Amino acid sequence: MLRLERRRQPSSFWRWAAPLAAVVLTMFLGGLLFAAMGKDPLIAIRTIFWDPLFGQYAAFSRPQLLVKAAPLILIALGLSFGFRAGIWNIGAEGQYIMGAIFGAGFALAFYPSEARWFIFPGAILFGLLGGMLWGLIPGVLKVRFGTNEILSSLMLVYVAENILAKMAIGLLKNPDGMGFPGSRNLKQYAAAHNPELAAGTGAHWGVVAAILAVAGAYVVLSRHRFGYDVRLTGQSPRAARFAGVNPGRLILICMAISGGFAGIAGYFEVAGPSGQISIDFNVGYGFTAIIVAFLGRLHPVGILLAGLLLALTYIGGEVAALTLNLPIATIQMFQGMLLFSLLMVDVLTDFRIRFGKAKVA
Amino acid sequence: MKRRTLLASGASAATLAMLGMPARAQDKLKVGFVYVGPIGDGGWTFQHDQGRLDVVEAFGDQVETIYQESVPEGADAVRVLQQMALQGCKLIFTTSFGYMDATIEAAAQFPDVKFEHATGFKTADNVSVYDARFYEGRAVIGTIAGRMTKSNKIGYIASFPIPEVIQGINSSFMHAKKVNPDVEMVVIWAYTWFDPAKEAEAAKAMIDQGVDVILQHTDSTAPQAAAQEAGNVYTFGQASDMAAFAPKPRLASIIDNWGPYYVKRVGEVLDGTWTSGHSWGGMAEGEVVIGTISDEVPAEVKAEAEAMIAAITDGSYHPFTGPINKQDGSVFLADGEVATDEQLISMNFYVEGMSGDIPS
Repeated sequence: MLRLERRRQPSSFWRWAAPLAAVVLTMFLGGLLFAAMGKDPLIAIRTIFWDPLFGQYAAFSRPQLLVKAAPLILIALGLSFGFRAGIWNIGAEGQYIMGAIFGAGFALAFYPSEARWFIFPGAILFGLLGGMLWGLIPGVLKVRFGTNEILSSLMLVYVAENILAKMAIGLLKNPDGMGFPGSRNLKQYAAAHNPELAAGTGAHWGVVAAILAVAGAYVVLSRHRFGYDVRLTGQSPRAARFAGVNPGRLILICMAISGGFAGIAGYFEVAGPSGQISIDFNVGYGFTAIIVAFLGRLHPVGILLAGLLLALTYIGGEVAALTLNLPIATIQMFQGMLLFSLLMVDVLTDFRIRFGKAKVA
Repeated sequence: MKRRTLLASGASAATLAMLGMPARAQDKLKVGFVYVGPIGDGGWTFQHDQGRLDVVEAFGDQVETIYQESVPEGADAVRVLQQMALQGCKLIFTTSFGYMDATIEAAAQFPDVKFEHATGFKTADNVSVYDARFYEGRAVIGTIAGRMTKSNKIGYIASFPIPEVIQGINSSFMHAKKVNPDVEMVVIWAYTWFDPAKEAEAAKAMIDQGVDVILQHTDSTAPQAAAQEAGNVYTFGQASDMAAFAPKPRLASIIDNWGPYYVKRVGEVLDGTWTSGHSWGGMAEGEVVIGTISDEVPAEVKAEAEAMIAAITDGSYHPFTGPINKQDGSVFLADGEVATDEQLISMNFYVEGMSGDIPS
């Protein structure tokens, strides 16, 4: 008989092996899914995980990997602070939108300025502020009124989406766009543009920011008092209080960090790959980043790797959808499976599998 | 390139097809379609896919079509277009307005691939734009709506305040008013092209205000269902026929029929005569089709609608023919003056008699 026995201490081996096992398990389950749909599972898996990196057209898809991974990593890093402390910001998507609106709004307010030294950093700062403000709303509500931040942050995503729609057809609408919704294209506005830094790499300033953020988050979490407070609060809120951590302050700081990171990710996206504020500017990075954060074990380096992996599933999934005629929803199923597999495998971190009968205590 | 030299020998695509010559696999023209939503069983994307199937039927072995559903508008679209071009597509249809900048960007990277962008306005040497004159259809259903309403209140579920939608509102309102001077129009902006929940809500709000005929510029059948539930409320199918709701509440429909245009353009690529341009086809080209008018509509109203279809199709009537004043009373078109395409494409005002403002 199979049974689970709680480990005295979480297994440090499984802590890091679990994400890998989850990926393998997802490939296996995904393979079954593809087989059930009448596709060759090996070809499908190869198309998703191998071709974008090393296939015939990899030169085109590899740079896209960074384009996709940068916002995921930035947002997931921000979320990881709160998640470690047990503060559940589910609304990064909304904070990402608000960052894009604030940043683009700042840049467009000065159109057609040529002062890049002022516009570009200023817009990034405004993106940061926009995301931060949006993240602080559920934070303040929680601290002041004890509101559940999971619900309030999620609900604010829908508010942000409606503000986005309003901006795209109202305040930020391109005056030369013949009445069509959508702002001016920031790619054609040199002072605000977030360009590809080296041709063919896909690396834009958001990628640079993501790498810096990984390093910064690593230092803060492992070397700084604040990182210690965050970890302590996550492990034992009571102990944290005795150690002098102010829980309200911690909540506000964590919400501001996650909102701010999502906000700058939003600006880098709107000023670079996306180009304009449009009604459906957001494509779910804020939600996928939650998977990235957990798959990366809330650790900066883990998040970096997980972000790249999820980016790969986006790109590979698209290629597979096109070449194998898979429905586009397959990618989302695949990403969902990944989180689900991780949760399943995670059981092994805290429990050990025993064969045979339970001993009578 | 190979295909061009092969076909430049004078044999047109159609002749090849008639002779039943099996085109070799590598000589097939690969055509890509980028869809904004799932194909599903009706609506905007479904109609584009019907057009794709028409291409397959018309050219058989000469073409190979691929498509991708639910491609987000924006950065992801560029990647999908690149992928399609890399897979060997030589002609790519991007079937939603939001792909405009992505299409221009991808087109610059692949100058030997031809792009066709629906409902946009930016062109390049290898980028054409196409749209359909839906306002022609609106004139017909506006006429039916004006005749059928008893409360003299017509509802219009609008999507986004862009010229295409405003043309539709103005066209249907003017023609309803022409046959029923007491008619009023209630507009609700849903800010979506497809959202059954929002559309149902809008329909119910209108019915509560006494509206008994609902027009929609959104794709779902939710308004039809709401009307059916309410009883004496009429609707019109949008994009697809929505025949499941005939004869009542659905009285007729405006069907987007992209097949003729797609077949024409694919044929032009095959025989090497494709050039970039603006295409704005309507009833005459078969791109805007009025679905079967149901028997709920009295025979004389039906005859009136059919006469208008015939007049628009043969070009003897243009739905925007003066005298037409703007909402503020200023003159838009003098007596007998016909709106130019430029005037229509940039339409951002209501006509006289409309109440409310266009949101901005």
